[in-house]
Amino acid sequence: MLSYDDFPIGRSFKLGPHLITAEEIIEFAQEFDPQPFHLDGNSEQAKQVGGLIASGWHTCSIFMRMLCDAYILDSASQGSAGLEDVRWLKPVRPADTLSGSATVISRRVSKSNPRLGLVGFDYTLENQHGETVMKIAGMGMIDTLSSKGEQQ
Amino acid sequence: MSTPTFFELLESDMKIELGSHTFGAEEIILFATKFDPQPFHLSDEGARNSHFGKLCASGWHTASIWMRKNMDNGIDEMIRMTGYEGPAPVLGPSPGIKNIRWQHPVFVGDTIRYSSTLTTKKRHPKRSEWGRVMNQSHGVNQDGKLVFSMDGSVTMRVD
Repeated sequence: MLSYDDFPIGRSFKLGPHLITAEEIIEFAQEFDPQPFHLDGNSEQAKQVGGLIASGWHTCSIFMRMLCDAYILDSASQGSAGLEDVRWLKPVRPADTLSGSATVISRRVSKSNPRLGLVGFDYTLENQHGETVMKIAGMGMIDTLSSKGEQQ
Repeated sequence: MSTPTFFELLESDMKIELGSHTFGAEEIILFATKFDPQPFHLSDEGARNSHFGKLCASGWHTASIWMRKNMDNGIDEMIRMTGYEGPAPVLGPSPGIKNIRWQHPVFVGDTIRYSSTLTTKKRHPKRSEWGRVMNQSHGVNQDGKLVFSMDGSVTMRVD
């Protein structure tokens, strides 16, 4: 189990890969983001953007799953209070394979709640062509009570 | 004189009510199972030892429901408020969002009321038929507590 101590500045975790299908793009869009270019590759709006593209919220959700599988589920994660910046740089399309990284760029213990370690990350996702599709700057919270140095 | 377009009619400080959503345990668990299977998003038991204390929704779920509410009600509400009478506005993909905050957990049975306040708008520097409208969006629970906010950005045709 990874504790707050296991997130030094510079540590990087590999994310993915995840192969995205047209079916899952459409399924997510039907539930949360029913815009024509997320629902139907033959729609006029999809043609404007080169065919069916995934909702940015879907890309974020897939990214979250990648984080869970990469290290969060094996850590003392306490969720996140927010993210500074989410950029959807390139469309995500059916049959794209997404992979990426999560790199620690800052860390400190919360002043208001010393149980929480605030770990800042730079996250990036790219497609199989090496094009960056999404960049996120944000912060995760890790339970400091589980840290080795603070165990009684 | 030509009739103003939808983009032209939008004004900063317009507050658009997007409607509300009550989060059920089943949908919270379903979303988390697919996208965010942390113990506090899967069961009360799993949440007991976390600082949340009980089952709560993934932040991405709270945000995705904002998107759904925006699709269901946002454009219609803006048309109503501006009195626009032309063809349906055409939207494009968003370039991203800033300052997402999940200030407070969304627990089972919470009803979140979503809104979006327009801040600024600008035309695309190169593709003159497109423009961007910025907003500050919020989700507030039944006790008036802010649970979600972000600075969003919508791309739309200006003509």
